[in-house]
Amino acid sequence: MNGVHDLGGTDGLGAVVAPATEPVWHHEWEKAAFALFATNFRAGLFGVDAFRWGIEQMPPAEYLTSGYYEHWVHTAEHYAFKAGLFDEAELDARTQFFLDNPDAPMPDTKDPDLLAFVDAAVKHGAPAKRESDNVAKYKVGDTVRVIDDAPRGHTRKARYVRGKTGVITLAHGTFIYPDSAGNGGGDAPEHVYTVRFTNSELWGAEAAERNGVVHFDVWEPYITPASSAGAPA
Amino acid sequence: MSTAVRTTEEIAARVKALEALMIEKGVMTTEAVDRLADIYENEVGPQLGAGVVAKAWTDPEFKARLLQNATEACAGLGIGGLQGEDMVVVENTDTVHNVITCTLCSCYPWPVLGLPPNWYKGPAYRSRIVREPRKVLSEDFGLDVPDSVEVRVWDSSSEMRYWVLPQRPAGTEGLDEKALAALVTRDSMIGTGAPKAA
Repeated sequence: MNGVHDLGGTDGLGAVVAPATEPVWHHEWEKAAFALFATNFRAGLFGVDAFRWGIEQMPPAEYLTSGYYEHWVHTAEHYAFKAGLFDEAELDARTQFFLDNPDAPMPDTKDPDLLAFVDAAVKHGAPAKRESDNVAKYKVGDTVRVIDDAPRGHTRKARYVRGKTGVITLAHGTFIYPDSAGNGGGDAPEHVYTVRFTNSELWGAEAAERNGVVHFDVWEPYITPASSAGAPA
Repeated sequence: MSTAVRTTEEIAARVKALEALMIEKGVMTTEAVDRLADIYENEVGPQLGAGVVAKAWTDPEFKARLLQNATEACAGLGIGGLQGEDMVVVENTDTVHNVITCTLCSCYPWPVLGLPPNWYKGPAYRSRIVREPRKVLSEDFGLDVPDSVEVRVWDSSSEMRYWVLPQRPAGTEGLDEKALAALVTRDSMIGTGAPKAA
């Protein structure tokens, strides 16, 4: 999807405002918003790729102007509605209830298994690496070109690398393919490579900063051998 | 209210509503919310990455293993997990300066750096750091990288999580691992800052 979330190289978004320190939580509500990711994952509502796809479908102006955890709220709502857990009218009504009763308590339930899951998830994570019989088509040192297309749905093929030629610097093995898993498909593992692009390849000689490169990770279907793509050697 | 910009009261009420409904459906508990919030506020944070860096500065054999396979090297110290299942450490040298980003969302190596600061997740950093990293580092972070030093940006577009092994500050020969760890800042492991001076 050619969405606003795909920010690499976008101009005009202003200065980076980086305070020397900032708290982990800026608002109390961020804690519950943060917990949506791990708990909803456990409930089978989404994997990480589908989670991102839910965020990418936010209205673009809202995406750019809302805080990060509001993005998480948006995708959690998206998949809860989709799974039929509750609908938007129920959520709106309950929101109004909490606007009218901001100190109303949360339902008090216990779930020791969920706590155990949380501890295990933090410690061990949810690896995206998957065994596969796929033989790697490329190796470190190969010059490759990112296919210049504009897929609909979820993809990690950012616009600023499409059509660009670079050199593979790392080969990581096979991982869940976001263009499948993020769009409701299976894991469909593919090889992942790190590709190094020069600044001038990405931005043109005139706009590029001196003496610099950008590394971008690609899944194998994103790339072709540079020679067959007609790119400069 | 799905598309309007919300007030703090509105977003707080929305999240409470979501949390309450999720609890009623057996998906969440307030205990799980509190536990996750506590872990990333008090247990998992940049002090863990700082310890790894300090060890790499003092133990050449460990440093070699860290650069070869960061996930395994960190696991040996009991460090790893969510959003750091597959980590790669990239080393700053006299000729190379590394900096990490995620232009498509906000991927960040949680097990060693904790949760990312807001600016890392915001549109300004994500859009500009791949296009004009020297300018961003200089103007927005006060970090001037000489033209003779190559700037390498790592855009975390896959599930690999990159982070930076900064250079050991000059004049720290006499410091032990603990004292060195105190010099390692979060930003020095993102690549937007330098470690503190001794």
